Amino acid sequence: MITESRLEKLFAEGHFVVTAEIGPPKNSNGEAVRKHARNLKNYIDGANLTDNQTAVVRLSSIAAGFHVLSEGLDPIIQMTCRDRNRIGLQSDLLGAYSLGIRNVLALTGDHQSFGNHPTAKNVYDLDSIQLIQTIKKLRDEKQFLSGEPIKEHEPRFFIGAVENPFGDPFEFRVLRLEKKIEAGAQFIQTQCIFDMERFERFMEMVRERGLHERAYILAGITPLKSAKAAKYMKNVAGMIMPDHIIERMEKAEDQKEEGVKIAVEMIEHLKNVKGVAGVHIMAIAWEDIVPVIVERAGLLPRPEV
Amino acid sequence: MIVAERKPIEEIIKMVEKHESILVLGCGGCVTVCLAGGEKEAEQLATTLRLYFQKENKPFKTITTTITRQCDPEYVKSVAEEVAKVDAVLSTACGVGVQFMAENYPGKWVYPALNTKFAGANLELGVWGERCGLCGECILHLTGGVCPVIRCSKSLLNGPCGGSQNGKCEVSSEIDCAWQLIYDRLKSLNSLDLILKIQPPKDWSKARDGGPRKVVKEEVRL
Ligand code: SF4
Ligand code: SF4
Repeated sequence: MITESRLEKLFAEGHFVVTAEIGPPKNSNGEAVRKHARNLKNYIDGANLTDNQTAVVRLSSIAAGFHVLSEGLDPIIQMTCRDRNRIGLQSDLLGAYSLGIRNVLALTGDHQSFGNHPTAKNVYDLDSIQLIQTIKKLRDEKQFLSGEPIKEHEPRFFIGAVENPFGDPFEFRVLRLEKKIEAGAQFIQTQCIFDMERFERFMEMVRERGLHERAYILAGITPLKSAKAAKYMKNVAGMIMPDHIIERMEKAEDQKEEGVKIAVEMIEHLKNVKGVAGVHIMAIAWEDIVPVIVERAGLLPRPEV
Repeated sequence: MIVAERKPIEEIIKMVEKHESILVLGCGGCVTVCLAGGEKEAEQLATTLRLYFQKENKPFKTITTTITRQCDPEYVKSVAEEVAKVDAVLSTACGVGVQFMAENYPGKWVYPALNTKFAGANLELGVWGERCGLCGECILHLTGGVCPVIRCSKSLLNGPCGGSQNGKCEVSSEIDCAWQLIYDRLKSLNSLDLILKIQPPKDWSKARDGGPRKVVKEEVRL
């Protein structure tokens, strides 16, 4: 145990961890986040707060993390490299820690051309791997990125990163994951899985390099709300949506129910994939379905710490 | 070279309409090569403007000339006589040329006729592509000769983001993913180890983030 993170403890104790994503609202209503937190509290081990996902302006991940924490749920704040330089990132890390947040997930961030301010200037002063290094340096070396010492109260985050087994170049994905672990990532969240075969190939490579023993890997799950959503995802950069899933959704009488079924089946399967330490459920704009999935996948009760 | 593209004619008209005589000044450098502001383009532009103001019944005269380079004091000074004869200068050089003319002719308006785009090269007939972001500290030896600073939409230094698929960038299927190119190239050069090492954060103070830059070569100074 390097940090005070509850999440780190659960992983260390060997529990099959369950986290879920909460998308902060496109307004300043903190109660919306708190409501999700209350609904999810007894069903998940940590809530992951997105950072202006797809470059759409939303309530900040740190503020949302604070709301989640106030409801007694462990927040994981996302931090992208798109909107802040190394000064802003480090300042926000200090701020988040001061609010009681103990888990951070470092990621590159979607390009601003996808969002609601496509004419914005992007930053990318650091990339995600350099951000991971920075968070580790603050904690383990008690130094800012510049090398300036932090005399006391250094932020001690449990560090997460993402990896996309469905991106290219495929063979480089595992090597890049290794780079992230090398940089300091302790847990990994994957892009949502629909192509299980490719994910298994990815995990095989992960195990060959022993990476599952160096970081906890959370497999990404997204329940499909409709066949239309499945078709849409086929065209999202970095996703693979196999045709058999689209067909299955199209044939279903109750598409929502079918989406839940697929998610539950996938979780059941993932429980037996060696090296998978848990699941991360990304029910985009459908957070209410998470308790149903967790329950039906036999993941209750959640462990106490 | 610097690659530029002519501004929409309406925008240029708005710039010059308050004047009665202008010098359309072409440049024989990069913008000649990228067919944006050389002798031919300067003359075409002058003709277009004259015809437009003729139709509008407005007095409007043009002089057109092209100098070897608008980023060189010697050539810029050589058009003093022509500049004196007109109300304003419309430069078809890149942003550097426009500024250099303005610096050399205080009291005279110098307008940009082009949008200066990037440092790049001719890819095929009529197509130019960006290649260098002028970052001040080249790392092409680490990436197999493909620049991640400008050719990756996010300037990533440690490998592709999650949006790279089928060789294309997440931003557009028209853009090749720089990291796929780097990967392929280093693989063919048997040097993938280069990108397995973690690249530290870049020193952006060497780029424009350190403020406007100057290069001084002492041995050639007078
Ligand atoms: S690394 Fe810098 S100098 Fe080299 S090509 Fe890229 S932007 Fe230009
Ligand atoms: S897809 Fe490739 S080029 Fe585009 S931002 Fe990601 S790594 Fe850079």
